[in-house]
Amino acid sequence: MTDTASPAPGGEEASGLPAKPASNKERMAIERVAMPEQPGDERARNFGEVNQGLTYQLAMLEAERCIQCPKPFCVDGCPVRVDIPRFIKFLRDGEIAQAAESLLSDNALPCVTGRVCPQETQCEQVCIRVKKGNSVAIGYLERYVADWAQKHLDELPKANPASTGKKVGIVGSGPAGLTAAGELCKLGHDVTVFEAFHAPGGVLIYGIPEFRLPKDIVQAEVDRLISEGVKVELDSIIGRTYTIPELREEFDALFLAVGAGLPVFMNVPGENFKGVYSANEYLTRVNLMGAWNPDSQTPILHGKRVAVVGGGNVAMDSVRTARRLGADEATIVYRRSANELPARAEEVHHAKDEGVRFEFLVAPVEVLADENRWVTGLRCVRMELGEPDASGRRRPMKIPGSEFTIDCDLVVVAIGTKANPLLTGSAPELKVNEYGYLVADEYGMTSMPGVFAGGDIVRGAATVILAMGDGKRSAAAIDSWLNGAWPPPPEANAKKPAKEAAVAAG
Amino acid sequence: MHPVIEREQLSPNVVRLVIEAPRIAKVRRPGQFVIVRKGPGAERIPLTIADNDVEAGTITLMIQAIGRSTTELTNLQVGDAIQDVAGPLGSETHLLASGHAVCVGGGVGTAVLLPIVRALSEAGVHVTSVIGGRSKEWVILEKELTELGDVVTCTDDGTYGRHGFVTEALKDLLDAGGVDAVYAIGPVPMMRAVANLTLPYGVATTVSLNAIMVDGTGMCGGCRVTIDGQTKYACVDGPEFDAHKVNFGELADRLTTYRPFEQQALDKLGACATTEVKS
Repeated sequence: MTDTASPAPGGEEASGLPAKPASNKERMAIERVAMPEQPGDERARNFGEVNQGLTYQLAMLEAERCIQCPKPFCVDGCPVRVDIPRFIKFLRDGEIAQAAESLLSDNALPCVTGRVCPQETQCEQVCIRVKKGNSVAIGYLERYVADWAQKHLDELPKANPASTGKKVGIVGSGPAGLTAAGELCKLGHDVTVFEAFHAPGGVLIYGIPEFRLPKDIVQAEVDRLISEGVKVELDSIIGRTYTIPELREEFDALFLAVGAGLPVFMNVPGENFKGVYSANEYLTRVNLMGAWNPDSQTPILHGKRVAVVGGGNVAMDSVRTARRLGADEATIVYRRSANELPARAEEVHHAKDEGVRFEFLVAPVEVLADENRWVTGLRCVRMELGEPDASGRRRPMKIPGSEFTIDCDLVVVAIGTKANPLLTGSAPELKVNEYGYLVADEYGMTSMPGVFAGGDIVRGAATVILAMGDGKRSAAAIDSWLNGAWPPPPEANAKKPAKEAAVAAG
Repeated sequence: MHPVIEREQLSPNVVRLVIEAPRIAKVRRPGQFVIVRKGPGAERIPLTIADNDVEAGTITLMIQAIGRSTTELTNLQVGDAIQDVAGPLGSETHLLASGHAVCVGGGVGTAVLLPIVRALSEAGVHVTSVIGGRSKEWVILEKELTELGDVVTCTDDGTYGRHGFVTEALKDLLDAGGVDAVYAIGPVPMMRAVANLTLPYGVATTVSLNAIMVDGTGMCGGCRVTIDGQTKYACVDGPEFDAHKVNFGELADRLTTYRPFEQQALDKLGACATTEVKS
């Protein structure tokens, strides 16, 4: 590698790099790098990205920390089975284009996963280095390589697969749908993705905020897939604009990845007062409709004191959004304790840095309002933890007589989502379970032959990366189905990561 | 993109647009709506599909200028285009099979009523439309409705047709007897008055609720309304509901959520003297 072909982005100099470690012992001595962040008090008032990304120097230093295990556990820990040591080796050897090519061949949306994956419970949790300190910062390196790739697409080889003449329709352009689209397109199939909204990306666009996942990054990932041949049809609501039977006639196979989009409310008195949002509505207004920008035509209520009910990633996104929209006081109201918070550790840590308050072991019982029906408070009760419930977590129980009020002018309900019957209701042949989720077999095929499904509409609300894992596995199964090789050969399914069940709880 | 094929000014603040949307034209049913987004940065606005032409591949929308976004839509001219039109959304109208239906429309609600009147008329139901406005210039679609059945026109100030509210004309029809169903679409106070009026007569009454919504597919929950004590979503469970079970007070209240923003947005647009929803 010569200096002129330096992979350093933004004109950064390749200088200042320490000498290459000569042995694994020297590699083990290198400390894990820290992600450069916007300071907490500053970023709590803007929508700019919190994590700034590694510099070239930091990325090269971190890449040296990987000891290139012959049997890498990290790959097994990844729901889409990225060959992590391979791309890191290319990076540390200065072959960033090859690193990017390697990463993109395993992962259709690396700029996304490099930002929002819970690496600490996946690849990084099983990294061999955890035993003697900190794991390799796999997520940071993934983001570094993926961001480079997004800016240097013309330096990457163009895949030009022979057309199979088979058409696949994908319903939903979230992480599962886009991943399946990318994989199927690489195999030479003619892929069309249907999206109900006016912009592609699903939860990546409407749900995850700008400060965690910039929308132009998502759009660029989608644009790359489009440049590879994926077609996207916006404003198409399957179950209304088109029905499943209609699509089944037009396409040789379908992949249903519509997510779990229906909000769950608390079912307490006062929930329909003005100033109570579902997290879906709050985040959709801010993210998809751009209401964080004062010039946006879509309005959003700016609470001064905001209570967010729930303890997951969506609750953290909502409460951090509230701070950025000007809330002096933004509080998480969670019915279990800090130990049970389902949100990623990084999100909780970021929220705390940004001045978010936490009320643990507290459950809402009523929304209070003034005479004009504007929210004035959230009546709550204190909880204590009892015996473990079906989820294995200790069941919260009310402490009698412990009611108190959290004064607030906005309440955001982020206690989960459920299946939307709009699509499943349009095709009675599709078998759903008691909660309305689609029933799919080990290959992701539903009760309708040739119709596959994955992501939250099958597994219930989970993470971006698990949905992407479904998209990737279903794409392989769909390819077998289209090639008449059914059921797929055993190895196609054997790649299912063992860690999945544990990760799903996150 | 969905080009505007025809434009007609129906009243000082209501415009009729015929736009290209072949797929929606083909599959839409009476009572359903679309979500329209004029272009980048614009709001998503739910609008009832007033009519369709399958062969021409067009749908008809009636738009009342209330805030900035609706004002911008009513300013569109033939040759302009709307970027996003998603639908058809919502459940279709539960239509009376035979007998006599009275359809009550107030303001732009009359436009929402038109496809229902047409469907009833085509099914052989005798329709009497009762439509109103504050004065003559606010009465819309009288000619179209006359082709489909009887029409009673009312104005608040007596400048045209019967002097008085639509509810007074409806009461006379109910007293005369033989009314099997009432469909009422208009401002919330009008729909509430109709519901209160028909209840003692025991006449099935349907209203269409114009709740605030973002996606129109059940995802945001912003359009939640209380029907018979239960929370329902106007976008997927409705927009039409049994009038006698609707909590109109809550609906009216929730509709005021963004009123301060609407005024600010209008000021930004520089629109002058835009009329408030008739109520």
